[in-house]
Amino acid sequence: MKVLVTAKRVVDHNVRVRVRPDGSGVDTASVKMSMNPFDEIAVEAAVRLREAGQADEVVVVSIGEKAVTDVIRTALALGADRGIHVDTDAELQPPAVSRALAELAVRETPDLILMGKQAIDDDSNQTAQMLAGRLGWGQGTFACGIEPADGEVIVAREVDGGTRRVALRLPAVVTADLRLNEPRYVKLPDIMKAKRKPLEAMSLADLGVAGDAGLTLLGVSEPPGREPGVRVADAAELAARLRDEAQVI
Amino acid sequence: MSILLIAEHDGRTLGEASRRAASAARQLGEGYDVLVIGGPGCVGVADAAAGLDGAVQVLLCEDDAYADDLAEPVAERIATLVRDGGYDGVVAAGTSTGKDVMPRVAGLLDVAMVSDAVAVENGRTFIRPIYAGNALARVRCEDVVRVVTVRTSAFDSVAEADTAAPCERLSAGDHPPLSRFVDESLSAGDGPDLANARVVISGGRGLGGAEAFDMLRELAAELGAAVGASRAAVDAGYIANDCQVGQTGKIVAPELYLAVGISGAIQHLAGMKDSRVIAAINRDEEAPIFQVADYALVGDLFEAVPQLLDALRTRQ
Repeated sequence: MKVLVTAKRVVDHNVRVRVRPDGSGVDTASVKMSMNPFDEIAVEAAVRLREAGQADEVVVVSIGEKAVTDVIRTALALGADRGIHVDTDAELQPPAVSRALAELAVRETPDLILMGKQAIDDDSNQTAQMLAGRLGWGQGTFACGIEPADGEVIVAREVDGGTRRVALRLPAVVTADLRLNEPRYVKLPDIMKAKRKPLEAMSLADLGVAGDAGLTLLGVSEPPGREPGVRVADAAELAARLRDEAQVI
Repeated sequence: MSILLIAEHDGRTLGEASRRAASAARQLGEGYDVLVIGGPGCVGVADAAAGLDGAVQVLLCEDDAYADDLAEPVAERIATLVRDGGYDGVVAAGTSTGKDVMPRVAGLLDVAMVSDAVAVENGRTFIRPIYAGNALARVRCEDVVRVVTVRTSAFDSVAEADTAAPCERLSAGDHPPLSRFVDESLSAGDGPDLANARVVISGGRGLGGAEAFDMLRELAAELGAAVGASRAAVDAGYIANDCQVGQTGKIVAPELYLAVGISGAIQHLAGMKDSRVIAAINRDEEAPIFQVADYALVGDLFEAVPQLLDALRTRQ
């Protein structure tokens, strides 16, 4: 089984983002960037499938400017076999990303595409489902368990109220939720080894895909702040204030 | 402009989430049609949908293919209906089903999508949170068909209509077998649903174990509240996954959110900071949760929670 796994370069999850004063977006200059945490879980899942002998090749793809090769190298250090960098300076939205990935899927013919369930920058949670729809493949979103079976993959999905398992005919698209696994730490020898792994570059135009025009970003603002609160002395005062002042109990 | 609202249901009852998503649907156009798609036996859901204020008609599509909420057949049927019916807006609640199905619908229609809208400015412009709610983006939808999921905690439920909307039955589509349902394990929920509860009491790592959640459940029973948790508590195995409140769990905005033993990581705050009143109990007065709390109680939760329970019981 061949696995294609996607990785997006995003503002590190520990960085507190700031909205630019002109409201044009958030400040991403000179902040720490990392692989989207859900994508890291997806890469780990792919590598474990290969280590278990259930996959024979793991290919990682990232789309964006030259700097995204950092996250490809990280994925290679985690254990992916080779990388593909789809080069573009445009800030793509899920429709164009899913178009590019669909074209890549036609060329690479993976049996399974593993992705993070959402990117922690735009929080869209769309690309994998759009991709599966375009390809006409089954989808297993929010996975907390992945078990390849005969020509299928059984995916345990986190849904409102519990867990639900579905069987997807391969090829299929699966998205990783938080509890699918805990990604390993990258060791220095793996980083050295990753430098020698193949990394192919192509442009977005090579895939015949143009940028998006579906959504126009009109502006970004700070969410409304909250009034400073009061400190209460004990539980009795808390109960009294919640009842008499806030009138919520 | 005609809008299609996708009903959220469990085969028997119409979800509260749909009543809230209907508010958003009303802001997208004049009126809206409601699609009830599911397995055989969804007539009760369709009847309830017919009572949503602003609903023009209910479209009922029942078939075994749709019984298990599988995204592939459901999304395809919705996309076909949107094309055939000339709809220029599709709205659903941002539940786990909505999040699964709607982007696939957008992909099939080859249009962009707005996830998790918290406000509709006009028929094409939406406000949605990004970066775990640390920023709000204003986006305009340029595609003819607008596909939108809404964060239900940001919208009120629509009222009950005076007259029921008419109901029409739709035929099922022909779907290739891409996926099948295997099984599910749903937590037997007593008490109100976390996403819609008026009061939510959440516990964090400070509780130190699963037993301490019983203390919160007792308090919740007293207040008619739902019990939630931080990711740390879920990861530590104190409570089930689906109780997680936060960026990647449930987003809640109750009248009262009581955070017990929760430090307040950004990812947790993203899931509850729009609550009307926030109270927090934590031993560490530097805990970030206190920056968003209206009422801060610094102290040992194992003393404070029983005392709070006593205070509630004796005052009644």
